Amino acid sequence: MSALSELGKLKGGRREEATDNAAGYLFLAPWLIGLAFITVGPMLASLYLAFTDYSLLQPPDWVGLENFERMLGDRRLHNSILVTFTYVLIGTPLQLALALGIAVLLNQGMKGLPFYRSVFYLPSLMGSSVAIAILWRQIFGTSGLVNQFLTFLGVPSPPGWIADPDYALGTLVLLHIWTFGSPMIIFLAGLRQIPTMYYEAASVDGASKWTQFWTITMPLLSPIIFFNVVLQVINSFQSFTQAFIVSGGTGGPSDSTLFFTLYLYQRGFGQFQMGYASAIAWLLVVIIAIFTAINFIASKYWVFYDD
Amino acid sequence: MTNPTQQPSDIVAANEVALHGVDEPPTQPDVAESAGPSRIRSVVKHILLVAAALLMIYPLLWMLVSSFRPTAFIFREPGLWLTDPTLDNYAQGWFALQHPFSQYLLNSIIVVLGAILGNVVSCSLAAYAFARLKFKFKNVFFAIMLMTIMLPIHVIIVPQYIMFSQIGWVNTFLPLIVPKLLATDAFFVFLMVQFIRGLPKELDEAARIDGCGHWGIFSRVIMPLMVPAIATTTIFTFIWTWNDFFSSLIFLTSPDKFTVPLALRAFMDSTGMSNWGAMFAMSIVSLVPVFLAFLFGQRFLIRGIATTGIK
Repeated sequence: MSALSELGKLKGGRREEATDNAAGYLFLAPWLIGLAFITVGPMLASLYLAFTDYSLLQPPDWVGLENFERMLGDRRLHNSILVTFTYVLIGTPLQLALALGIAVLLNQGMKGLPFYRSVFYLPSLMGSSVAIAILWRQIFGTSGLVNQFLTFLGVPSPPGWIADPDYALGTLVLLHIWTFGSPMIIFLAGLRQIPTMYYEAASVDGASKWTQFWTITMPLLSPIIFFNVVLQVINSFQSFTQAFIVSGGTGGPSDSTLFFTLYLYQRGFGQFQMGYASAIAWLLVVIIAIFTAINFIASKYWVFYDD
Repeated sequence: MTNPTQQPSDIVAANEVALHGVDEPPTQPDVAESAGPSRIRSVVKHILLVAAALLMIYPLLWMLVSSFRPTAFIFREPGLWLTDPTLDNYAQGWFALQHPFSQYLLNSIIVVLGAILGNVVSCSLAAYAFARLKFKFKNVFFAIMLMTIMLPIHVIIVPQYIMFSQIGWVNTFLPLIVPKLLATDAFFVFLMVQFIRGLPKELDEAARIDGCGHWGIFSRVIMPLMVPAIATTTIFTFIWTWNDFFSSLIFLTSPDKFTVPLALRAFMDSTGMSNWGAMFAMSIVSLVPVFLAFLFGQRFLIRGIATTGIK
């Protein structure tokens, strides 16, 4: 099913085949070069730069832990962590709950499944585009689409949404929820793997649909829910485009949409503090790693594996 | 893969077959329900779903309709009814920036084609090695490959920028294309590995007996059978590269090199705030290819997501 379960399988037994190192490395050559020069090399360089002061103009200057000490007192950084956490911890559960709810609804032998599936899936292909971020900027503008409706409904003075520090992040969370289509597809695929006889047996025993959902669907779907949670958390920590476009690159109003990645961009490519930006990037890696580890540890208590 | 002259219903049907096959269990039947209440229930469900679908799609439809309206109307008309459609926004938007919009479309197309070619070739080579060959440290590399799927791009973007600027690649399309030639989009490697593992090994054996080497097996047996996986890779690469904003923003600096997302952003920063109509028009232009890729490729998209869980 997934990259995650593959990682687990690696430990298992392997079958014996004829070893062919030359052919293996030849076919793997592009990937190996990419790994060295595009992925691992830059990672190591980034780790080194995190301990330097570097503005591109002069060679990197080793400053030890200074960048990390500086993080401790960097209010905008702290704020950006708070903003990103809010976005991830509110947006992801809501997005996945909606994806699961709609998938369960669609899976009950609905007529027109392909139509609904397409309509719900389409936004997730467009959600990360600049065009949609521009649309969001209009919709949630002071005199945008939402406020036209609210005025029409007689709401006296609706908020300015993206112009209001209290609501701006909320509009981005909403955009995140709007892209629930791709986890929904994964849920649908998972729901189809659950044998119908379980539900038939439960029905015969008089279990309600609600009971069936909690006692059959949820446990059997839990590995897929887990997979979606891990994937979506990792992805949403890296969100950038929407906040950049909606706030015009500032992360405003009052830094209320200053995503972690946006702050990293401002430091690295706005002010060319490459050393500090690298240190911030590693903080992101550590945060994502911690969240993923928490997910894996917590999964022991709620994810149910059939085998 | 999908013939453009096919009816949408054919695509949807093909989609169903591709997705559910014949051997999968049917959907859960409503065993205990009789005709009466179940009918009401079904109607309620449909109403809920239609309402949700409308709410989801309304912003897109509204942007489409608004792109044919004078800008002044965009802030007055929340409805979808279009009176006196005009193409002014498209005409204005096309020439609103330093270069005509066709230039940005062309730039995006170059990057997208390069990325597709790169991903298809390099990822399938790596996938063949992982799925069919035995070599030293294979499992270690495979694990590393899986881990790079989850690596945030931000941790490598700074050194990449420094590296590419030192070799003079900044403000060219090379930083956006060359990494794809080196199979750095690891999820496609994974997708193809999964696919190749599903192909019967007897085919390889037969080809070997007929005198094929690894290259022969790869190019004459595996590649032709891998068309669905290649299609999925192509469509996802197309959509992601087309939408990609972050790396274009970092690596492309002069307006003549801008891809479509950068052009839209430049538009918004310059005149956009006073000319929403034209900006909507160009936004629609930028979304049309994504929509077409979705329309003609959705069976591969949906199968791709369902089997690997990629975004």
